[in-house]
Amino acid sequence: MIYLDYQATTPLAPEAREAMLPWLVGPEAMGFANPHSPHRPGRMAAAAIEIAREQVAALFPPGGRVVFTSGATEALNLAILGSGRRHLAVSAIEHAAVLETARFADPDVAVLPVDATGLVNPEAELPSEVELVAVMQINNEIGTIQPVERLAQRARAAGALVVCDAVQGAGKLAAPAGADLVAISAHKLHGPKGIGALWIRDGVELSPQVHGGGQEGGLRSGTLSPALCAGFGAAAQLAAARCEADAAHVAALWEAARAALPGFVLNGSETERWHGNLNLRREGLDVARLMSGLRNIAFSAGSACASGSGKPSHVLRAIGLSDKEARSSIRLGFGRYTGMSEVAEACAQIAAAADAQ
Amino acid sequence: MSMNSPRSTPLYLDHAATTPLLAEARAALLDGFAHWANPSSPHAAGRTARALLEEARGRIKAALEWDGEVILTSGASEALALAIGACVQPLAAVSAVEHEAVLRHAGAARRLGVDRSGQVNPGECGFAGLVAVQQANNETGVLQPLYAVAEAVREAGGLLLADCAQGAGKLTLPDADLIALSAHKFGGPIGVGALLVRDWALLRPTGGQERGYRGGTENLPGALAMAAALEAGQGWLDEAVALRSRLDAGITAAGGEVIAGDTARVPTIGAYRMPGRSARAQLIGFDAQGIAVSAGSACSSGSLKPSHVLGAMDIAAEAAGEVIRVSLGRETTAADIDRFLAAWTGMKARP
Repeated sequence: MIYLDYQATTPLAPEAREAMLPWLVGPEAMGFANPHSPHRPGRMAAAAIEIAREQVAALFPPGGRVVFTSGATEALNLAILGSGRRHLAVSAIEHAAVLETARFADPDVAVLPVDATGLVNPEAELPSEVELVAVMQINNEIGTIQPVERLAQRARAAGALVVCDAVQGAGKLAAPAGADLVAISAHKLHGPKGIGALWIRDGVELSPQVHGGGQEGGLRSGTLSPALCAGFGAAAQLAAARCEADAAHVAALWEAARAALPGFVLNGSETERWHGNLNLRREGLDVARLMSGLRNIAFSAGSACASGSGKPSHVLRAIGLSDKEARSSIRLGFGRYTGMSEVAEACAQIAAAADAQ
Repeated sequence: MSMNSPRSTPLYLDHAATTPLLAEARAALLDGFAHWANPSSPHAAGRTARALLEEARGRIKAALEWDGEVILTSGASEALALAIGACVQPLAAVSAVEHEAVLRHAGAARRLGVDRSGQVNPGECGFAGLVAVQQANNETGVLQPLYAVAEAVREAGGLLLADCAQGAGKLTLPDADLIALSAHKFGGPIGVGALLVRDWALLRPTGGQERGYRGGTENLPGALAMAAALEAGQGWLDEAVALRSRLDAGITAAGGEVIAGDTARVPTIGAYRMPGRSARAQLIGFDAQGIAVSAGSACSSGSLKPSHVLGAMDIAAEAAGEVIRVSLGRETTAADIDRFLAAWTGMKARP
C-alpha cells in the first residue's frame, strides 16, 4: 500500500512508539501508575508527563501553557466553549471541529470568506461585536497557509480572542503568531491517537468542559496517560528537530507529483501552502471510480471525517468551485516517511487511471 | 524499578487509581499501533481500521453483555460529561458520594444522601430526570443498591446514569440507561473509556465521529486494548474477596477500623482507619517502605481536603482524616496482604 493521506493521520514515528513502551507495562514494573497518585510510582509517571509537556510546549512561543486533551477536537471545544464568548467569527474553510463548535456557541456565527486561492482576507471586515475569531494555520483539505498573524492582530485590536486550529501545521511551521489559544493533535505529527493539546496564552481564562478530579489545573479532568503523553512529547521533539528536513522532503515530493500529473489543476494557492498537501481536480474525473480502481493507493477526496457523507467539500465550495468541480477533486498527502518512488508509482497509476476514464 | 532490599520491593496496592496493563491489552495496543490509518478514511487502510474498530466495539459489548450502544471516549470523566451534557433529560439528582467527575457537573441537582453504611435510599431516588448513582464507590468500595434505584428512577419517568468506573470489567453491569467506564481501571490502557447508552434516543447528537455523538479521530489501539482487557476475564475476583477479608480481619485485629465493613463492597477496595495517625503521615510512611496506597481518590490526593464520601457517611472530619484506601488487583497475593498488615501494625505501634 502506498499511503498518501497524511492529512487524515500520519504513521506513528518509531521514536514515539519507543517512548511509550516504558509506560505500557504490567505489574513487573511500576510504569503503569496513575500520574495523579502521590506515591513514588505515581510521581515517576507525573514526571514523565511534565517532560512530555515541555517537549510539546517547545512547539510554542513562551508566555503560555500546554493542557493535554484527548485530541484537537476536545482542545477546540475547550477553547471555544470554555471561553464563554458568544459572538464568533470563523473562516469559511475551518475544520468541522471548529465550524460545528462555533455554530453551537453562536448560531449566528459570522463566516469570513476566502478567495479563490483558499486564503482568508486578513483585512476582512469583522463584525463589530465580535468576541472570538477562529482561523486555522494550514487548511486540512487544500494545504493553504492562512495569514493568521495579521488577522489575529486585527481581531485582538477589536477585543476578540483568537483561536487557531494548528493541527496540520504543528511541528511543521512555527506556531501561529498572535493566537491566544492553539489546538494541536499528536497523531497528525507522527504521535499516537487519543491525545492532543491546547496551548493557552498566559492570562486567558477558560472554564472547564470536562469536570472531575481536577487534573490539568482544573481545566481538563481525567487521568492522563503517561504513555500517550510521552509518545506525543517524543513526536513533537522529533518534528521540531526534523522540521527543515521534513519540509524539504515534502517540497521535493510535491514538485515531482505536480509534474507527474500534468492534466490536473491545483486547488488552492500555489505559493502560500504546505507542500505535504496536493489537492487537484480534473474535469469530468469520477473520483469514486478512481479510488475504487486504485486500491493499493491510500488517498482521499477531502477530510477523512467528512468522507462518506456524500456532501461536496465546504472548503472547495468556499474557493469558488462548482459542486461538479469539487466532486472531481482528489487530495494527496505526503510526509516524512513517503518515498519518492512511492509518489512516482502512485502518480503514474493515478494519471493512467484518469486517462482511461 | 529494581530495588535491593526486600523491604523496599515495590508493593502496589492502589489498583483503584489504576491497575497494571494486562499483557493481552498491551499486545492488542501494540498491534493497534501498526494499524495507524484513520478509521474514517475511505481508502483500504482506513476501511481496515474501521472494521477493526467496529469489531472491537462488538467485542466490548459482548464482554460486557451490553446490548445497547457504545460510544468510545477518552475515559470515564469524558463519558460522564457527555452523558450529563447530551442527555435528553436534565440532571435532576446525584448521590452525595459520586466521584468529582459527576459532582462538578451537578450544579443545583438534588444531592441524595447516604446512610452510615454508605448507601443511598432507593426510595428517595425517584426523579423524572437524569439521576446519577455510581455502582461502586472509589474510596470505600461500597456498592449502591442499583437494582432498586433503577426501579425507582424508571417508575418516576427518569433515566439512570451509573458511573461504573470501579465496577465495570469486574462486576455485572447494572440495569442503567447510561453507563460510564474507563479501561485503565480493569487492565486496559489509560486514555480510553466508553459511554454505554441503552438507546440513541436518550442523547442529543453533537456531530462528529461515533455516530455523531463524539467528535475526534478514534483511538483504535485503545479500543482494541480495552476489548482485550475485558476478554481477559475476572476469575481472580473470588480470590480478591478472600484477600480483602484477610485484610479486613487483620486491620480489625490490630486495632483499626474498617469503613463500611458490613456493607456490600466491590472486593478490590477497602478503606481503613488508623486511629491517631493522619492519612498523610500513613501515606508517607508506607511510601518510604515501597508500599503504594492512597488517601481517597488519586485525583484529590494532592488536595488534602476532607473526603466528601466519608463526610456523607457521617464520619467526623478528624476520623475521616485517618482513613486510607487499599485496593487490590489481579496479581495481589496473600503474602502482599500480610506484608501490608505487618507494615500497618508496625506503624500503628510507633508513637
